[in-house]
Amino acid sequence: MNDKKIKISDVIDTCNTKAVTCPELIEREIKGGYASDLLSDVMANTKAGDIWVTLQGHPNIVAVAKLKELAGIIIVNDRIPDAETLNKAKTENIIILTSDLPAFELIGRLYKVGISGIR
Amino acid sequence: MLQCYRADLHIHTCLSPCADLTMSPKRIVAKAEEMKLDIIAVCDHNSAENVRATFNAAKGKDLAVLAGMEVASSEEVHMIALFDTVDAVLTMQKLVYKALMPGENNEELFGQQIVVNEFDEVEAYNNRLLISATTLPLAEIVKQIHLNSGLVIASHIDRETYSIFGQLGFIPDGLNIDALEISPNTTRAQVNIKFPATARYPLVTSSDAHFLEDIGKVTTSFLLAQPTLSEIKMAFSKRDGRNIIMEA
Repeated sequence: MNDKKIKISDVIDTCNTKAVTCPELIEREIKGGYASDLLSDVMANTKAGDIWVTLQGHPNIVAVAKLKELAGIIIVNDRIPDAETLNKAKTENIIILTSDLPAFELIGRLYKVGISGIR
Repeated sequence: MLQCYRADLHIHTCLSPCADLTMSPKRIVAKAEEMKLDIIAVCDHNSAENVRATFNAAKGKDLAVLAGMEVASSEEVHMIALFDTVDAVLTMQKLVYKALMPGENNEELFGQQIVVNEFDEVEAYNNRLLISATTLPLAEIVKQIHLNSGLVIASHIDRETYSIFGQLGFIPDGLNIDALEISPNTTRAQVNIKFPATARYPLVTSSDAHFLEDIGKVTTSFLLAQPTLSEIKMAFSKRDGRNIIMEA
């Protein structure tokens, strides 16, 4: 990754995303990226500051993002997270973004912006 | 003589991080009696440390307790393992603990994991990351449960998350599951239409109770000679008159 800090606000437009919780957190820095739909894998392998790309929308994603101090969660394929997930994310201060892009395309665009899966 | 036994084969205790703290053995047994259940199974996530206490709490009562555990496979498919002895489920627990993803529970985020005795007194707090999954593939879990003379039931197959259809999309060929569980949110008919493969399996309806008031909310009625695991196994294969009694 280059030296310039990348923030969530830097990827909102290029990735067709919109914040569905905590829009006030869009200035948060993204330090890296991780993609997985298995929560046990995310718990084991993400680093603090990662943006997490997934199709899961159930409430446990919020607990995992909080536990691992992730920068935020991007839910792909136009999936709508559960209402409980949204409420929990608001309470726990986790920014959730949704995108109509499929995961492959979305991650490609994140990579182009300068977010890497390795650091 | 064959009789009808009402069973709720999927009940969590306060050991499961997501379950209510009131889910203690004495209270679970009392609620099961109130709901006129004949058989219950205690199935915590990746652990069976409250099974013995529940067995003891039900001693002398007209309630059969099965030794269960809800194991999460490497694919994050939840499977109910049922045994007839505490020792058998503890043997399975050893394997599960060895394969459980590392990490400690965070009580604030996931909830407390309380090990209790038969008098509902706190014995210990389990600090494993029980909410997570094991590294055991589905096929290995099925194999190990059967090696320990247990029954395997795929959990809440109609749910999008942590179910065999949600995680895999289908039931792999050769996977020797004994039955499928459907959640209170759906019906046998709906499931058969949505997932035609389910027609080949016995279906049970269980509460997956995480709160006392959910125990026995839905049940499965069996025609059995005794309220035991081997009889339930016979009912799954419709042997010697044993059967699942279908609701109208």
